[in-house]
This record gives sequence, structure tokens and C-alpha cells, in this order.
Amino acid sequence: MIEKYLGSVVPIGDNYFSALNSAVFTDGSFCYIPKNTVCPLDLSTYFRINDPNSGQFERTLIIADKNSRVNYLEGCTAPQYDTNQLHAAVVELVSLKNSTIKYSTVQNWYSGNKFGKGGIYNFVTKRGICINLNAKISWTQVETGSSITWKYPSCILMGDNTQGEFYSVALTNNYQQADTGTKMIHIGKKTRSRIISKGISAGKSKNSYRGLVNILTKALGSRNYSQCDSLLIGNVSNANTFPYISVQNSTSKIEHEASTSKIGEEQIFYFLQRGICVEKAIELMISGFCREIFTELPLEFAAEADKLLTLKLEGSVG
Amino acid sequence: MNSTLLEIKNLQVTINEIEILKRFNLSVKKGEIHAIMGPNGSGKSTFSKVLAGHPSYRIKEGEIFFKGCNILNLDPEERSHLGIFLAFQYPIEIPGVSNEEFLRLAYNSKQKFCNKPEVDPLEFLEIINQKLSLVNMSPKFLSRNVNEGFSGGEKKRNEILQMILLDSELSILDETDSGLDIDALKIISTGINHFMDTNKAIILITHYQRLLDYVNPTYVHVMQDGRIIKTGTSALAKELEDKGYEWLND
Repeated sequence: MIEKYLGSVVPIGDNYFSALNSAVFTDGSFCYIPKNTVCPLDLSTYFRINDPNSGQFERTLIIADKNSRVNYLEGCTAPQYDTNQLHAAVVELVSLKNSTIKYSTVQNWYSGNKFGKGGIYNFVTKRGICINLNAKISWTQVETGSSITWKYPSCILMGDNTQGEFYSVALTNNYQQADTGTKMIHIGKKTRSRIISKGISAGKSKNSYRGLVNILTKALGSRNYSQCDSLLIGNVSNANTFPYISVQNSTSKIEHEASTSKIGEEQIFYFLQRGICVEKAIELMISGFCREIFTELPLEFAAEADKLLTLKLEGSVG
Repeated sequence: MNSTLLEIKNLQVTINEIEILKRFNLSVKKGEIHAIMGPNGSGKSTFSKVLAGHPSYRIKEGEIFFKGCNILNLDPEERSHLGIFLAFQYPIEIPGVSNEEFLRLAYNSKQKFCNKPEVDPLEFLEIINQKLSLVNMSPKFLSRNVNEGFSGGEKKRNEILQMILLDSELSILDETDSGLDIDALKIISTGINHFMDTNKAIILITHYQRLLDYVNPTYVHVMQDGRIIKTGTSALAKELEDKGYEWLND
């Protein structure tokens, strides 16, 4: 089974980093959910990069057989070093008929110091395929760490009536750069995808959403809804949205919404005047901004994610 | 016991090196309502923000005493805890934060400051529900985001609600009556009158005599060019309504 599916979703030569990973990887995780099985608990993994000047190249392969269901969570951290480390993982999800895979990530790799020194280069290839009828893959990510992130968890919607989802919060501060988003490739008929992306940039960071929605000729009656919101904190942070959309038949529908807002001095002053301190004010506004995404996370992760974002923004306003 | 709540002496304030308040003096005692009127750009809103501790303004000279202590070096939230409340001329919208959450947090931070127990969401609902009717607001508005999509009247009523909730000793109402229809004006005036007692003081900043028909001021001040140039009773407000501000310069 591993032989059949490993490398089938992300081919060796897909991109530079998948090639590197395929050449050197030694470890990773594999998960198979048999037919008609609902995995009774959330599976969780934890990744850590310990050695300075090193790279980590793990692979993950998850296969959900017919009528099965699984929730998979991953958390990532790394100690602080002045030099950079590389993380080039490959994650492949295979969802068969009527099965659902929900994959959640809370990424808090070391992001470098406040002058941008050190931190992880996080160049990860994540892709899932919904092979048969009614299969579903849902990606949820909270990206707060890494000095540079390039990451586009994607869905290939091959079977008819399959579904792909992407929920993302990406927060950058200081000199961090995050370029993240998704690709939704609609191949089967009546396939549906939903993209909700929230970017928060503070300090001198750059935060970009980059996504592709591609509805192919035979994907008749397909739908996509995308929403990309950016929140700016401070005067020198940067937020971008690059949506690529291609629809090759006339019976499909797509919607795209985007907004950019800023946490302003006057909003903070309003909180302060009512006796609420700056930290609490920002925490409230950020958690309000991200609520749609956090409700997708398992409960204990959601509470943690809220705190993590507040922690990451400490001292960046006011 | 000293009944003076606020004492401002010789206050000079600049923003971006432009002088806005020039030797501004004002003394407010408990139980008093002061109305401040004056042409646009005379420094009324600046005065209210300076009192609340807005970071954009620079105090060049002068002192502000609140309940006997100099508050110039206090942060805005500390001033709020001490009992200074500012009803904003343009209440800010805060997307993603529900009114209920916001009000509860404000209430609890004051409770904490006063060494009183913080209340949980259920207890808070009981407290806020009693206050809602004072400004004629439906409980539905608690679940809406702070000021987001509120009409002009709703925003102003929300300010008065917060004033009542926080039970502040000194409230500055910056043009709370602007842009209100006559019914909303009555609701707000009733709220203010209900709230006011002998231990509190209110400063009303307004352009219109209209509000003063409902809320009776102890003093009316006219502000021009960064200072108070004339002080009188409610008769002065009526005179201003008839004659405008020009005659004061003669």
C-alpha cells in the first residue's frame, strides 16, 4: 500500500524541495484508516528540530479507505539558534470514497530574533487527493513561526462530488516572511472547495496569501468560495493577496472576497479609555479576526492557538 | 471633604507642534454639570481627549488634578479606573469583538481595580440587562460587534450605556447629542439625568442649546481659540443660540 501511494500525490520531481526530501528522507509517519472506520480519537504528532545548522526531511502519508474518517493534528517547535535550519517535509493525503481527512497544523518553529537573525526555513509540500465519490479533505493551519514559510496545502478533487477546504491563520512579526495559501484543483463533477485565509502582519514582516483555484473542463457544476482577509499592525508591515483563478467550463461558480484592515491607535485608545489594557485589547481583536478558523480546530488546540497569537504579538503595538 | 473633582490649571497642549489649548483653566465640583460650547476648532475635543490621556497630544505646561491627585503621568486605562469616562464624538467600530464581551471586560477591569470580585458572564448578563432598558436598547445588541454597523443613534446610546455601566465619577460627553433625532435625544437625556447624582460630575461638549433643554447645566462655558473666554448659566446658551459666537469678540 505504501508502495502504491507514497509519492503518488506529490511526485519526486514536483519541486526542488520535494526532490530534496525524496532523496534524503529517513523518517516520517504513516497512517491507514481501514474501511468503515471512524478513528475514535484525534491522532496527534509533534515535530521538533533540535540541532543547529540542520535540516529535517520527514514524510507523512495518510490513507483513509472507503467510508472512514480521521482527524490528524501536528504541532511544531524548535529551539532558538542564531543560524538557520531547514524544514522540507512532504505530506500526502489520500481520501477514498466517502471518507474524510481533517488535517490541522499549529506551526511555531523558531522565527528568528527581532532583527531577523536565525529561524527556520519552512518549505513544505502538502497535498491531498480526493480520489472517489464524496471524499473530503480539510486543511486547517495556524502558522506563527519560521523565518520564511512557503507552504500551500492543496487538494486535488478528482472524484465527483468531492470537497476540499483550507482554513488558515498566518501571523508574522519582526522580519518574518510567510507566503502561504492553497491550490484547489477541480477535476470531477460537482466538486466544491472553500478557502478562508486570515493573515496578520506586524513589525516589518511580509505576509502573503497565494492561491490557485483551477476548475477544469470536465468539472461541471463545481463551486468555490474564497475569502482572504488581512490585518495590519503598525506602519511598516506588509500584506499581499495573490489569487489565481481559472474556470474552464460555464456551469461552475466561484466567489472571491478579500479585505484589509488595520488595528489602529484609535481602536486601542477606545479600549484603554474603558479601562482595558493594550494586551487584552489586541487579544480580543485578534481572536475575533481569527474566530472562523479557530472554530475549525479541536477544542484544546483552539484555546492554545489564541494564546499563541497573543504571545507572538507581545510588545508589537503601542 | 473636598468637593472639587477636577481642577485644571494653566493647561497648554500641542499636537504636531501646533498649540491647541492655551492656558486652559477649569474647576469642576461634585454634583455639577458643565456645558462647553464654542465654534469648530476651538479645542473642545482636544480638551476631552487630553483629559482621557490620548497619546497624540503633548502637554507643554499646566496640571490636571482629579480627586486631588495629578493625573498627567497616568496612562489612559489608569485614568479610566480612577473614574474618568469619555463618551466619544465618533465611537470606534471594533470588528470581531462582541459588545457583551467588550462591556464585561471593561466592567471587570474596573471591578479588579476597586478590589471587588470579577463577575462571570451569567452574572454580568443580569447586570447589563438592567442597564439596557435605561437607554432603550434591546438585548440583541449585546451579541453584535462593538459599534459595527450601528446607526449614529445606537452608537451614542452605546456610549451612554457604558457610562452608566462603569458608573464613572467624571464623564465627558463629546458631542453626544450631534446627529441624533429628537426621540434619541430624549432617551439619551433621560439616561444622563437618571445617572447623575451629587457624587458625580458631567462635562457636556455640545454645539446645540437643544440638549440643554433636557439636561440642565450648572455652568455654560464658551471656548474659543484654546481657552474658556466666557462662563455663565443656561441663559448664556440661549443667548448663543440667538446671536452666535461673533458678538463675544466685540
